[in-house]
Amino acid sequence: MIRFIAILLLLSLPAAAADIPASERRSGYDFMSPATQEMQRDDALNPAMLWVAEGEAQWQEAPSSAAKPCAGCHGDATASMRGVAAGYPAFDERTGKAIDLQQRINACRVTHQQQPAFAAESRPLLGLAAYLGLQSRGLPVQAPDDPRLAPALQRGEKLFHTAMGQLNFSCTQCHDANWGKRLAGSPIPQAHATGYPIYRLEWQDMGSLQRRLRNCMTGVRAEPFPYGADELVQLELYLNSRSAGMTVETPAVRP
Amino acid sequence: MARALISVPKTAKKGDIIEIKTLISHVMETGYRPDAAGKVAPRDILRRFTCRYNDEEVFSAELWQAIAANPFISFTTVATASGTLSFTWTGDNGFSQTETAAITVT
Repeated sequence: MIRFIAILLLLSLPAAAADIPASERRSGYDFMSPATQEMQRDDALNPAMLWVAEGEAQWQEAPSSAAKPCAGCHGDATASMRGVAAGYPAFDERTGKAIDLQQRINACRVTHQQQPAFAAESRPLLGLAAYLGLQSRGLPVQAPDDPRLAPALQRGEKLFHTAMGQLNFSCTQCHDANWGKRLAGSPIPQAHATGYPIYRLEWQDMGSLQRRLRNCMTGVRAEPFPYGADELVQLELYLNSRSAGMTVETPAVRP
Repeated sequence: MARALISVPKTAKKGDIIEIKTLISHVMETGYRPDAAGKVAPRDILRRFTCRYNDEEVFSAELWQAIAANPFISFTTVATASGTLSFTWTGDNGFSQTETAAITVT
């Protein structure tokens, strides 16, 4: 009997959720309280701007006497980095893989500045990512258009639709089929990652999209992919294509 | 040094009420939370914030464990004379930081 009820419960979940039509796409910002929205809108109120200020200082500062600062090659970020973050993850010639913005920052740091890579979720890495993200604020998210990204994009799409964890949920079951409803009192957004890295009130801290994805995986009681895993980048890539054309909000605030 | 962001109008008319916004980077660790290893992290919070306007204290606040990380403090004062606003945060582990902003009053 219990098994029968369990099967009925499973059947009652929408099996294959359809993609959200472009006209109904909404940023996570729209699901927030007016107070949290204002926190994001006003740079004097947005704690993420503390990280941006750190990133800006790092952009100018040489990491060692032998290495050039980021600005030494790239110049003024407000001009040279305009719109760059909106197109990440992107294809990396050197590794032949899709890499996200933070992996690009670290790759640049290791190859051109001969410095050890920043640790995942470290302040300097999030600071630089937020500073670069800010240079794309207000611009549309660029869909990945490099044909070499197609396999990774496909795998990302498959992962988004793959049930995982003890709760056996896929991303699509919440974010395509049940957005706008509530999960434990919190609204379920559509999973448009347009504002990363974000300042999340629950974390009392800044965090990357990978941290957020790992959070969701822990939530469905799945073993999260480790930081920097190809699977996470593939998911980021798919999310990017799903949000193409929406406005970049980096650095966003989320509850 | 912790990163701090201060927003003060650059100019104001004498007698104007001006709004000041401050943000500072601080963990505001409560002293109640166990870390990943189960050990309670020692308290590390800001205890006091003061704003002096040409060396006269115009605003101060006490901060406690219930205040969020990276505290945002906003207040108003009356523009009386051109000069300097100085902002000081003090806290646990000898934390002390002062930032200044200039204002021109006409």
